[in-house]
Amino acid sequence: MGGLQKKKFERGSATNYITRNRARKKLQLSLPDFRRLCILKGIYPHEPKHKKKVNKGSTAPRTFYLLKDIRFLLHEPIVGKFREYKIFVRKLKKAYGKTEWSAVERLRENKPTYKLDHIIKERYPTFIDALRDIDDALCMCFLFSTFARTGKCHVQTIQLCRRLTVEWMNYVIASRSLRKVFLSIKGIYYQAEVMGQLITWVVPYQFSHDHPVDVDYRVMATFTELYTTLLGFVSFRLYSSLNLVYPPKVSWTKLSALSASLARVVSSADEEEAQLDQFPSEGEDMEKMEAREKELKQQEAQKKLFEGLKFYLNREVPRESLAFVIRCFGGQVSWDKSVCIGSTYDVTDETITHQIIDRPSVGKQYYIQPQWLYDCVNAKILLPVEDYFLGVTLPPHLSPFVEEKEGDYVPPEKLKMMALQRGEKPGNEQEEDEEEEEEEGEQEEEEEQEEDDNGDEEDDEEESLHVKVTPGKLKVENKARLEQEEKAEEKRLAIMMMKKKEKYLYDKIMFGKKRKVREANKLAAKRKAHDDSEKEKKKKARK
Amino acid sequence: MKKAGGKTALKRSKEEDEEQNQIFNFNRKPADEDKDDDLSDSEDSVYSGLEDSGSDSEEEEGSDDDEEEGSDDDEEEGSDDNDDKMKEKKEGEVSEEKKKHEYEHDSSDEEDIRNTVGNIPMEWYKDFPHIGYNLDGKKIYKPIRNKDELDDFLDKMENPEYWRTVHDKQTGSDVVLSDDQVELVNRLQRGQFGDVNFNECEPMVEFFSSDVMIHPVTNRPADKRSFIPSLTEKEKVSKLVHAIKMGWIKPRRVEDDGRGRYYNLWASEDSSILARHKMHLPAPKIPLPGHHESYNPPPEYLFTDEERALWEQQDPADRKLPFVPRKYSSLRQVPAFSQFIHERFERCLDLYLCPRQRKMRVNVNPEDLIPQLPKPKDLQPFPTTRSLVYRGHSGLVRSISVSPSGQWLASGSDDGSVRFWEVCSSRCMKTVQVGGAVKSVAWNPNPSVCLLAVALDSVVLILSPSLADKQVILSSERLLSAQQEGEEPAEGNGSVVWSEAEGEELNQGLRLKIQHPKAVHQVVWHAKGDYLASVMPDNTSHLQVYIHQLSRRRSQNPFSRNKGLVQCISFHPIRPYFFVATQRSIRIYNLVKQEMTKKLQTNSKWISSMAVHPGGDHVICGSYDCKLSWFDLDLSTKPYKMLRHHKKAVRGVAYHRLYPLFASASDDGSVIVCHGTVYNDLLQNPLIVPVKVLRGHVMTHDLGVLDVTFHPTQPWVFSSGADATICLFT
Repeated sequence: MGGLQKKKFERGSATNYITRNRARKKLQLSLPDFRRLCILKGIYPHEPKHKKKVNKGSTAPRTFYLLKDIRFLLHEPIVGKFREYKIFVRKLKKAYGKTEWSAVERLRENKPTYKLDHIIKERYPTFIDALRDIDDALCMCFLFSTFARTGKCHVQTIQLCRRLTVEWMNYVIASRSLRKVFLSIKGIYYQAEVMGQLITWVVPYQFSHDHPVDVDYRVMATFTELYTTLLGFVSFRLYSSLNLVYPPKVSWTKLSALSASLARVVSSADEEEAQLDQFPSEGEDMEKMEAREKELKQQEAQKKLFEGLKFYLNREVPRESLAFVIRCFGGQVSWDKSVCIGSTYDVTDETITHQIIDRPSVGKQYYIQPQWLYDCVNAKILLPVEDYFLGVTLPPHLSPFVEEKEGDYVPPEKLKMMALQRGEKPGNEQEEDEEEEEEEGEQEEEEEQEEDDNGDEEDDEEESLHVKVTPGKLKVENKARLEQEEKAEEKRLAIMMMKKKEKYLYDKIMFGKKRKVREANKLAAKRKAHDDSEKEKKKKARK
Repeated sequence: MKKAGGKTALKRSKEEDEEQNQIFNFNRKPADEDKDDDLSDSEDSVYSGLEDSGSDSEEEEGSDDDEEEGSDDDEEEGSDDNDDKMKEKKEGEVSEEKKKHEYEHDSSDEEDIRNTVGNIPMEWYKDFPHIGYNLDGKKIYKPIRNKDELDDFLDKMENPEYWRTVHDKQTGSDVVLSDDQVELVNRLQRGQFGDVNFNECEPMVEFFSSDVMIHPVTNRPADKRSFIPSLTEKEKVSKLVHAIKMGWIKPRRVEDDGRGRYYNLWASEDSSILARHKMHLPAPKIPLPGHHESYNPPPEYLFTDEERALWEQQDPADRKLPFVPRKYSSLRQVPAFSQFIHERFERCLDLYLCPRQRKMRVNVNPEDLIPQLPKPKDLQPFPTTRSLVYRGHSGLVRSISVSPSGQWLASGSDDGSVRFWEVCSSRCMKTVQVGGAVKSVAWNPNPSVCLLAVALDSVVLILSPSLADKQVILSSERLLSAQQEGEEPAEGNGSVVWSEAEGEELNQGLRLKIQHPKAVHQVVWHAKGDYLASVMPDNTSHLQVYIHQLSRRRSQNPFSRNKGLVQCISFHPIRPYFFVATQRSIRIYNLVKQEMTKKLQTNSKWISSMAVHPGGDHVICGSYDCKLSWFDLDLSTKPYKMLRHHKKAVRGVAYHRLYPLFASASDDGSVIVCHGTVYNDLLQNPLIVPVKVLRGHVMTHDLGVLDVTFHPTQPWVFSSGADATICLFT
């Protein structure tokens, strides 16, 4: 038994991880600075497989970082900048204390700054990587651009965010890449397809914010710092992909009103739609190709959804959102001069086709509520306007992001919309639906009855034990049913023989499935109850 | 002369001109000098450029030495060449007036010389006849004033001077104002200067203007110090130079506008960083909103009152949705979402605080998990339906046993009776009242005798039910009476007492009584039918198991030591082995060698029952923790298979003698029949397939099925339940 004694926690996973505090000490940074560094560099904690081993036998809750990550941070030039800034603050404090104003001024002039370009490049080595991660950046910038100058963050940050978001929206308009819009209770969700990446962002409704107390704005500000840089570089690249100059040369007021189109540097050739080349293919591939072609065509049609339509926005509708959506699909839009600058035509214009209005009630144009626009975008067709007139109960607004799988609950409105997309007429559909529903109802009733019958039979059996012999009834045995039952029992018995581990997994999967079915049934039942009560109300109203 | 300390250059230049003045004022100088010393420094610096105006000094002079001024003024006028015109003019006027009247401008002597009382409020003399005193000290009497209102009125009407008559309080007399005085009053009332000659609208002369004049404001030559390098400044500069050298002060930073300027960052996409990037886990995107989140969702997505209440009750972490779905009839009514900033913040926290992990999601088809077993259809025969129910007992039926011929069924119940049933007709052939809850019944497996062992309280009874051929009855009688002819039972251990039944009991079929020291729980026969074993569970002594030999009426306790609470026992069907199940394990003893050959670990908490395969190589064992374990004795001492089919405690297990079947009965009211083929090939493991779940017993007092046993020849199974019935499944 020679050799040195092995010491504990000196090899294996214990050496691969480092606690947050030790990492901080190694980097010689304060906690806020360490946090800032982690946010900027995208370093996140890791959960070790054996926490107790890594934690050297202790079970205290700790955050662990990979030692490699921390070593990687050691060489970050920005750490030096943080230290410089710390020194700057100290000097400034001292100068203030001594009331040496000239020194204060001199220090102020030499305030250390840092750039995040290299970090962006490092975190997102390719442009597609950056695009994939732009969701959060957009959400954050849109939020910050709505902040008032309340001192929660620097005014410059707010202005920069506003500039970047407006530029982004103008890019989306110019490239016509908006796909889906959703009015939720949280805000307005937009989904655009940029270079094959689906990008979703949410914009809060235009209200002043009720700033919560328990939110650390420093964290948010650090994120925003990174995101603005990222968004700027992405915008530059996107603009140049459209042969546009960045930053755009159009006047800021027009740009921010979303009324001016971006001037093209070169009359671009991308107007001509890229024709999909035909490849000789067979069987399944052929089908896939056809499906893809169809989808492409649909997309092209969607891009020109509002072309030739002329909208006028009343003053009570959310102008920016609507203008953005309309212009994304090629419509013309204007608004009252007093709402915002950049309106292009007046209410009195004879050629206005749709006027978007959101009032209780008012009388050659269609006066329609704003939801029509959003629903049209999601349905990819122009929906009939009748349902969206003033004073009409609006049809429900559905989320375009939900993709129903088999067995999921599909709201009837969605079915209707799908029928419309296929080109069927809506009126008949409704009746059919109702009929179908009725039929379904009948079927259900029948089933119930059957079940009742079964119950009776069982009861009979038990009773017959007490009673003497009675003339037997001929039992009609449903062969299919019997077979089914047999199979079910077989399955049950086989399940009994499952191994413990597999049984657990199986139970879990089945539980999930059953829950899904239960939820779908619940929704359907709720809908039915609602529809029934509505019908009754209508009947009463008729009487 | 105040500043005459002789410090300013101007004063020095003036000195010659003012020699006379200095002489005149010589007597006052010391006092002045004191003042000068105090003020000299500051005044020097502050007023250095302004003194040349000379106005201060002159006016001060004027006020200081009023008396002597008269002649001096003129001289000074001439000497002050750099006085401006305005000053001169004023000066001139003042001097003219001075010539007219000496006291003209002297305010202190302005009062009326006729009354020398002084400047006091005249009310003080209100009650006196006089108003003051003259120079001689005589009283000056008030003028007699006896005018009344009428006189006043008449005066007002008649006297043309009335309007300019003013009552002088000082002298108490009326004064008629002159025209000049009236004019003055009028001017003052109009807000004009009292002096008629004063022109208020004279053009302003800008003294300090933006125009650069050809002459300096002051003619003073530059200081000497302005030509000599300053020491203090040198010190300061050298300090700065040092600081710059040491790097304490940095040169002004070049305005760096690279910040906020964007360029094509991804112009050259190099793959050098990609190596590290391979390990990177991009943060998952935020889940997309569903129909719930719409501002105008379909009605089925809104909460009902119950759901709402539930949502409010739940802890925020447990909630399925972090918000309550709401419906607004139009877009303009949608309010701001109060949690928006919160949500963004949470997302930020998730991004930099959450550990990320790659999770392999198994995409398992649940159908694939179900094992492929032979179909029960192919494994027939096995009991499938309940065909007969034996009713008659009034208490729960604890134990049943089938005769080796398969014609009779014996059952022992808590109501204190043992009943004999005909299997095919479910008729109760015989009832024997034994007077106590029957714990166990066991039919002698030897087909040539017809005996039944019954365990109740602390007695084991041997019954001869006489339900067989005469031959068989006779042979059983012979067996019972065999040793009577021989020697007296040698009572090796006095605790067990054999006695014969007499009288009434004999008529009922009772033959023998074996009295035990403690309560007997189970009784089993050896396959040959001569030996039977009984169990008296007791944790404290080694007297738990007795083996009785019927033919010799002898009992013995095979164990000398207590190995735990014995639950049940069983004989090996072929070889001289004896199975003893204690609470957690099964011990197998070789009765010939008198040693333990094996100890089986059941991995269950409390064994309830045990059955040995007719081949003798397999054992099944049921336990109160719902498990059934199958042991392959050749394979291992650990269970070959654990079956958790039952939901509640397993009460009884049984093997079929001929068919590859075994059954387990449980408190959940079900009997599960399984197919269990045992192969002769030692390499092949037994095949166990559950084939049927039989139900028929009603749950009473949380007890379901208590005992289960197979028919010796047919694939039938009997079960006795807590509902006082026995069922036959065929």
